[in-house]
Amino acid sequence: MATIARSNPFKRRPGRIPGFGLTLGITLSYLSLIVLIPLLGLFIKTAELTWSEFWGTITDARVLASFKLSLGGSLIAALVNLVFGFIVAWVLVRYSFPGRKIVDALVDLPFAMPTAVSGIALTALYAQNGWLGGPLEGVGIKAAFSRMGVIIALIFIGLPFVVRTLQPALADLEAEIEEAAASLGANRIQTLRRVIIPAVLPAVLTGFALAFARAVGEYGSVVFISGNMPMRTEITPLLIITKLEQFDYAGATAIAVVLLVFSFIMLLSINILQLWSTARSR
Amino acid sequence: MFLRRPSIILSILAFATVALAQSRTLLNVSYDPTRELYKDFNAAFVQHWYDTTGERVRIRMSHGGAGKQARSVIDGLEADVVTLALAYDIDAIGEKAGLLPEGWQSRLPNASAPYTSTIVFLVRKGNPKGIRDWDDLLKPGIGIITPNPKTSGGARWNYLAAWGYAMQKELGDLTKISDPSKADEVRAAEDKAREFVTALYRKVPVMDTGARGSTTTFVQRGIGDVFLSWENEAFLAVEELGPDKFEIIVPSVSILAQPPVTVVDKVVDKRGTRDLAEAYLEYLYSPIGQRLAAKHFYRPYQPEHADPADLKRFPEVSLFTIDQVFGGWQRAQAEHFNDGGVFDQIYRP
Repeated sequence: MATIARSNPFKRRPGRIPGFGLTLGITLSYLSLIVLIPLLGLFIKTAELTWSEFWGTITDARVLASFKLSLGGSLIAALVNLVFGFIVAWVLVRYSFPGRKIVDALVDLPFAMPTAVSGIALTALYAQNGWLGGPLEGVGIKAAFSRMGVIIALIFIGLPFVVRTLQPALADLEAEIEEAAASLGANRIQTLRRVIIPAVLPAVLTGFALAFARAVGEYGSVVFISGNMPMRTEITPLLIITKLEQFDYAGATAIAVVLLVFSFIMLLSINILQLWSTARSR
Repeated sequence: MFLRRPSIILSILAFATVALAQSRTLLNVSYDPTRELYKDFNAAFVQHWYDTTGERVRIRMSHGGAGKQARSVIDGLEADVVTLALAYDIDAIGEKAGLLPEGWQSRLPNASAPYTSTIVFLVRKGNPKGIRDWDDLLKPGIGIITPNPKTSGGARWNYLAAWGYAMQKELGDLTKISDPSKADEVRAAEDKAREFVTALYRKVPVMDTGARGSTTTFVQRGIGDVFLSWENEAFLAVEELGPDKFEIIVPSVSILAQPPVTVVDKVVDKRGTRDLAEAYLEYLYSPIGQRLAAKHFYRPYQPEHADPADLKRFPEVSLFTIDQVFGGWQRAQAEHFNDGGVFDQIYRP
């Protein structure tokens, strides 16, 4: 039996869990239909452009400025969420306090809200006549209609990704492990640095990657708060829409392809980093 | 299980087809601020069609930003008629998807615009900054709110109105534009117009993607002193948000905004709705259609059919057309709004 399986991997004996062939088939067709074919379409549409047109489109000063803002802003937002999302997840997992369930549910709100609604709500809050925007304006900080506004929106939509990825990882980490570390003489910082963080690092990286990837493509909430000024607060997805508005489908997909490649490289490197950190902690 | 019984699916399909065949529907793909107008108009038309033919029909509406709506039709949304904000978007439907012939705009009177509008200024109550005309917009300390003309069809009219005003001011007479012997004078005027719109857009602190977003910025966020708006939308804004907060200022010169309508030939021929679709659009030009347009703050093509009380709301303004100043939408789009066009150059560092 074993030799047969080795000589022809596709005709091996059924595994212990039945339904492998069927579910793999469904998985592949589903992924193709929902993910691969649309993405392929993107590349095919872009192929309508010549290389020099493609290069001209994606290196236009305005497009480059938007890449800088979209990727840089997403990075900052994901980093902020990493720190504060960790704290939120920690509090929700480790402590019990009245209203914990409500706080827990609140975390999901950015997931569930239509992005336009989030954008309008955030703008109302941070605009110069808003509750937070007014006082901030007083100390010379322009929150809405600036790059900071973009980052605020991206932080908002990215938070659940970090918290929800970290929660199960932190829950798996039993308090006894920390107690063991303490009884073996580790102080609190050492426990955090050498016990807790290595254990949850893969989850931290996943959360970060998800929040980043989501932020790069975010459109609905950002366009309300950013002010959309060319060269300053124009995000890349807005430029894609701008191209579409001129019926320049190929130009729009060209920018989209660059964004896609960036996100893919980002996700890939995080996955590699994750593999490496898991291997190291074993 | 279910899928293994094609007879069930077939019978459902057959049933659905019979149900659909029983009453014809018409899909009108329109832009945002026509919502209230078409609600009234559709009810009137359905009644009119029933009275004249005995057939009960249903009109479905789709509203959204004009460019997005045009793209939906290009991508396969089966619109029997389109009623959009600018001819450029309907041109694209013909060009990109071949759904209608090139000369579509001459099929109905007034360049296929049964109602028109213009660009006016919405200012805060009492007009604290004393804005009366286009030149006042450039006075120091004035913030102007207008959407991004690259993403908003309506905002392109705003830009063109400003440009046309500057041309009118320099030339005194816009017919010079089409006079080859005045080419030098026209070129000098264009330089002035470019300076004017550049100065104007430099005073725009927030550029939303669409007219509705800009309205929110101006009205709810309290940003800016003047909002460049379609006249009908300005009326809607004042009506909804309170006449005690805003007022409309009509400049001396503005553009004749012609939101055109047309039948989508390929779709109506396929769906067998041509007679209905054509009657629908013609009804827009009828006395009732004209009266409803005026009621909903559009300037009717034939004002004699409108309620005089509605007409009184529209002040006199000297209007120029896009053909006069820009030689049509295609040229305006190519020179001003496409990538690398005049609008982009305003923001070149």
